[in-house]
Amino acid sequence: MILTKAQYKEIAQCLVSVPPTRQSLRKLNQSRATLLSIFSQEYQKHIKRTHAKHHTSEAIESYYQRYLNGVVKNGAAPVLLDLANEVDYAPSLMARLILERFLQEHEETAPSKSVINSMLRDPSQIPDGVLANQVYQCIVNDCCYGPLVDCIKHAIGHEHEVLLRDLLLEKNLPFLGEDQLRAKGCDKTPDFILQVPVAVEGHIIHWIESKASFGDECSHHAYLHDQFWSYWNRTCFPTNIVTLCHSIA
Amino acid sequence: MAAVLESLLREEVSVAAVVRWIARSTRGSEDNPGEAAALSSLRPLRKEFVPFLLNFLREQSSRVLPQGPPTPAKAPGASAALPGRPGGPSRGSRGARSQLFPPTEAPSTAAEAPLARRGGRRRGPGPARERGGRGLEEGVSGENLPGAGGRRLRGSGSPSRPSLTLSDPPNLSNLEEFPPVGSVPPGPAGRTKPSRRINPTPVSEERSLSKPKTCFTSPPISCVPSSQPSALDTSPWGLGLPPGCRSLQEEREMLRKERSKQPQQSPTPTCPTPELGSPLPSRAGSLTDEPADPARVSSRQRLELVALVYSSCIAENLVPNLFLELFFVFQLLTARRMVTAKDSDPELSPGVLDSLESPLFQSIHDCVFFAVQVLECHFQVLSNLDKGTLKLLAENERLLCFSPALQGRLRAAYEGSVAKVSLAMPPSAQAVSFQPETDNRANFSSDRAFHTFKKQRDVFYEVLREWEDHHEEPGWDFEKGLGSRIRAMMGQLSAACSHSHFVRLFQKQLLQMCQSPGGAGGTVLGEAPDVLSMLGADKLGRLWRLQERLMAPQSSGGPCPPPTFPGCQGFFRDFILSASSFQFNQHLMDSLSLKIRELNGLALPQHEPNDEDGESDVDWQGERRQFAVVLLSLRLLAKFLGFVAFLPYRGPEPPPTGELQDSILALRSQVPPVLDVRTLLQRGLQARRAVLTVPWLVEFLSFADHVVPLLDYYRDIFILLLRLHRSLVLSQESEGKMCFLNKLLLLAVLGWLFQIPTVPEDLFFLEEGPSDAFEVDTIAPEHGLDAAPVVDQQLLYTCCPYIGELRKLLALWVSGSSGRSGGFMRKITPTTTTGLGAQPSRTSQGLQARLAHAFFHNQPPSLRRTVEFVAERIGSNCVKHIKATLVADLVRQAESLLQEQLVTQGEEGGDPAQLLEILCSQLCPHGAQALALGREFCHRKSPGAVRALLPEETPAAVLSSAENIAVGLATEKACAWLSANITALIRREVKAAVSRTLRAQGPEPAARGERRGCSRACEHHAPLPSHLISEIKDVLSLAVGPRDPDEGVSPEHLEQLLGQLGQTLRCRQFLCPPAEQHLAKCSVDLASLLVADQIPILGPPAQYRLERGQARRLLHMLLSLWKEDFQGPVPLQLLLSPRNVGLLADTRPREWDLLLFLLRELVEKGLMGRMEIEACLGSLHQAQWPGDFAEELATLSNLFLAEPHLPEPQLRACELVQPNRGTVLAQS
Repeated sequence: MILTKAQYKEIAQCLVSVPPTRQSLRKLNQSRATLLSIFSQEYQKHIKRTHAKHHTSEAIESYYQRYLNGVVKNGAAPVLLDLANEVDYAPSLMARLILERFLQEHEETAPSKSVINSMLRDPSQIPDGVLANQVYQCIVNDCCYGPLVDCIKHAIGHEHEVLLRDLLLEKNLPFLGEDQLRAKGCDKTPDFILQVPVAVEGHIIHWIESKASFGDECSHHAYLHDQFWSYWNRTCFPTNIVTLCHSIA
Repeated sequence: MAAVLESLLREEVSVAAVVRWIARSTRGSEDNPGEAAALSSLRPLRKEFVPFLLNFLREQSSRVLPQGPPTPAKAPGASAALPGRPGGPSRGSRGARSQLFPPTEAPSTAAEAPLARRGGRRRGPGPARERGGRGLEEGVSGENLPGAGGRRLRGSGSPSRPSLTLSDPPNLSNLEEFPPVGSVPPGPAGRTKPSRRINPTPVSEERSLSKPKTCFTSPPISCVPSSQPSALDTSPWGLGLPPGCRSLQEEREMLRKERSKQPQQSPTPTCPTPELGSPLPSRAGSLTDEPADPARVSSRQRLELVALVYSSCIAENLVPNLFLELFFVFQLLTARRMVTAKDSDPELSPGVLDSLESPLFQSIHDCVFFAVQVLECHFQVLSNLDKGTLKLLAENERLLCFSPALQGRLRAAYEGSVAKVSLAMPPSAQAVSFQPETDNRANFSSDRAFHTFKKQRDVFYEVLREWEDHHEEPGWDFEKGLGSRIRAMMGQLSAACSHSHFVRLFQKQLLQMCQSPGGAGGTVLGEAPDVLSMLGADKLGRLWRLQERLMAPQSSGGPCPPPTFPGCQGFFRDFILSASSFQFNQHLMDSLSLKIRELNGLALPQHEPNDEDGESDVDWQGERRQFAVVLLSLRLLAKFLGFVAFLPYRGPEPPPTGELQDSILALRSQVPPVLDVRTLLQRGLQARRAVLTVPWLVEFLSFADHVVPLLDYYRDIFILLLRLHRSLVLSQESEGKMCFLNKLLLLAVLGWLFQIPTVPEDLFFLEEGPSDAFEVDTIAPEHGLDAAPVVDQQLLYTCCPYIGELRKLLALWVSGSSGRSGGFMRKITPTTTTGLGAQPSRTSQGLQARLAHAFFHNQPPSLRRTVEFVAERIGSNCVKHIKATLVADLVRQAESLLQEQLVTQGEEGGDPAQLLEILCSQLCPHGAQALALGREFCHRKSPGAVRALLPEETPAAVLSSAENIAVGLATEKACAWLSANITALIRREVKAAVSRTLRAQGPEPAARGERRGCSRACEHHAPLPSHLISEIKDVLSLAVGPRDPDEGVSPEHLEQLLGQLGQTLRCRQFLCPPAEQHLAKCSVDLASLLVADQIPILGPPAQYRLERGQARRLLHMLLSLWKEDFQGPVPLQLLLSPRNVGLLADTRPREWDLLLFLLRELVEKGLMGRMEIEACLGSLHQAQWPGDFAEELATLSNLFLAEPHLPEPQLRACELVQPNRGTVLAQS
């Protein structure tokens, strides 16, 4: 789906105040995938902007106290989720914050990142049953962060890559896949390198990278920074195409 | 000096004799005795003649040229001295000698202050200040003078001017210092008239020792009157001069006369008033061009003679810079009008011919006549200029008017010229591609170093891109914008090895960016950027030209610009400066030196003059191109080497003098040169490769500091270069000597070097130039590179963009906007995209090699190139082929051997390193086959390739010889590589295979082993995994809550979801392992929610809960999915995790039957073992539960444990219809 920049801005404006939960997203009914995608992008920008303020030790401490007070009152209530929505922070990230804090308190040594990640993936491992439920609730109710969302994103990327490969095969365009490129020793590679470049609407395409998210300006830029320049720097592939599910025209 | 000129004008001596006299110190036998006598008496002055002549001409033309583009300061350009000139401000930045008029100085003082600086010393108090270099020179000589000279001086004080001090004997013959005083008209209001001296100085023989700096003294101050060189011919030749020279007394008389004459002659101000402060364009409009008429030339004969002498000096390379003189002549040609608006040009009687008393150029007509005369003598040089310049010249109406013959020749030359010079755009930055062979982990000491390097690479390119984006923005400062980041990055380069890696990257990027795609191929369009490529070729050409004009810089550096870093080079300079890292600079110098040596020694194809068949021209295109690539790369590298090497010694302060200088010299002479350029130059000259070596050496030297030319080592170099310069007489063309354009290139670059501020001005004229003696004993083959036509106009203009100033001058004339300081010529950043392929190694010794060499000698060079190319490619292909066949086979063997090993040794397999050793010892001997296979491959492939590439008509014998040589070379290349590397290659590949296999063996062998694809009939229409995860996630979040009262799922939806899950799992097309893992986990979570009856069901409130039957059906579906469709592990134990079981605790009334049902089914389907379940149940007891819940749990586990091990189908069937024991239990 292709939107003009102005349309995108308008939508983004509307989405600014919406928390990333299923219930709020239900309201974004039409063309859900696109809206969700835009929302997700805008929300992530928002989180990036506000990330730091949630990570001050005072903020963490106050969140933790509020969480403790909440669960003491009623362990079954969505304490953590409400807290996250109230302070306008992603539930999964809030869950991580509280979990880290909790583990610090209970295990004395600072928990490693992999332990935290593993607990977030499988809250059953969390020693405290109430916290496990709270964390789980945050994770399944978060549409923008968390292991499940990450997995969905990854799956979408993979699916598009497969679709792209099929299309390339169908169009009889010879290409080198990522695996082959890795084997050749390139350290960062695009999804596909065309062995024979093609012209698409007047642009010469050497490589294709599939990104299954909304291609707004910011993420274009971020991708450029994180990934594409590296291709440009580190590989021999000058021009490119990035396919995006949805994009600004 | 003037005596010489005068005797010339009187036809006492012939021009030829004079030139011989200047150029060669010996008297030619052909000179007639009278001439010889006349000249020999002047012998000590010989060296000063050329500077004198140049200054004389500049002086004479000063009235004509004030408004043209400035003639560079170092050369005796009269017009350059005008304060407030358009060129003034920009010239200010160019270096000592060019900084004649710093923009900050007031016009009145500006004229004088810098002049003194130029001389290095300021002497003489008050207004009677010394002028420039002349002063220095005079000072030196004056101190040596015998008392007589001094006395004379003292006695000869000017009646009207303050006299000079004794130690400051002025040079009378210098018109700049001693313009006829009376002729100076009152200056315009508000303008201080510079004071003048008229103290005549006797010229003694000792002067031959003095430095003839006259040439470089500044041009006269702007208010130059209709200067009459009367002072010249009355110059006192001082002591010991032959009779015939007038005495000082007489001379003073002349001056007085002159002065009294002057007011009548030129009553109006001669100063071009508007020039002083006003911007120039306005002036252009106010002045009308004077038409030039050949009929009104005042003294033809005299002009002809001077033109002839002048041309001869140029032709004999007695002038420092050929193109500067051409520029001057072009200025004369395009002069618009005389500055002095004389009321009446005094008609000169023909009789005044015999002296220099009257101005040489009395009118525009004279100037143009003179210019055309000179140009006629240099038609050969002109005809080798680029096509655009030729066109402008041929279309010049003055030229047509004054010399139709020359115009005709130029037109013919223009029509025949193919020398279109492309003013190509500098290319956009192309990153150096990641070089797996050098940039891989193996070349770094540690993972960290490698990682740091990669990060630095990214930072470097980030900086580069930022520079590209911003450097043209006004106010953007490199240091401010990027300095700290660069230094931070350099700070990370701790290890020496990292420095060398980074420097390699830096150097490669430098070469890549600063060479433009035009190369030397003479292509006009070059490689167009993407945007333009959308258009047709025709439009593209126009656009390209348009862009060229639009992108032109407003002002170019004039005919003698100082060394600069145009375009991208600026980035690298600023990077070096900002980094200010000693280590980096050192590594950079090492690397640059190495590369320069390598490129300088590159065996470039040499021209066989016998080869004159049709193809040679085509072939030369390629060879020129290669030469151009090498030359431009060398120049670039040398420029940066010079920049970095002399960086510590350069500064804004003036060069030291006296003792300080001596001590610095003593110190510096101890320092070995960064690159032994002297030896390289000597070798280059010996090998007749000056055309390659000198241009880059010039770039290197152009960055030298003031002390460098004084060091013995570099002085030798300069002397060599001077001799070379003198020997490059353009008109002497002979077989085996240097080609014309090659000479022109060398003259241009050397001429430019001699104008560089740091090169001492006296160097050029000081050196006794026995040009005949310049014969280096060549050890090179008969025809070195110098004799090959390797230079074309494109390369010439690329290396020396200042030659383009000529064209600009002519274009300005055409456009009529002479006041504009900008032009449309722009600098060309040379470039090429082709790499510098290493020459194939040559078998040096042996008869066979000599035979092959002889064979190639008789054949066109293209044959040799073809053969070498084929050999190179086939050799390389051979290695690749061996890799893909023999080595790949061995790797497969290794894999199967490894599998066997693993099977026999069990899971553990033993130490990987040990395994690798075993495998390698088994397989590496097979590498020996590689040589045989390689030989066979080369034999098979080479002949065909040679045949395909050589012309069909090649004689059979030649063809077969070429084939054989190609086979031999290819085999040699391939086998050399294979024998050296095959074992290591096999080892590496096997190692990779082993680690691959072991890794595959590692974590989940079962899962990997039996992974299935989708069935053949599958059309991949199943729902996408991402969609399913997302759907299931929604159900989970609904179940976990919080939810609105009206939210829920329908049982049908659940069933449909599980159905889709089955489809997706069966179609593996889009499924990746992480997605499958998450699906598995989500399905387990879903099952737990089903068991706990936590899924909100849509529908009437009574039906809020899932019917038991429906729940079982769904659980069945899940069980079957787990059993049949999931290929990865399913975390079923999570069903009995405290959290999931705990879900049951929240439901009231608790219903255990579904859980029991699920457990049984799990066991029955073999998804979980009883023991496993028992263990899980056991661990459940350890958790803390509400009292009643713990009891119920215990009952459940007892119940489950009490069941018979073998399930009975009937029992299961009836369970579906009647309430089972679990329900009873729950209800109890």
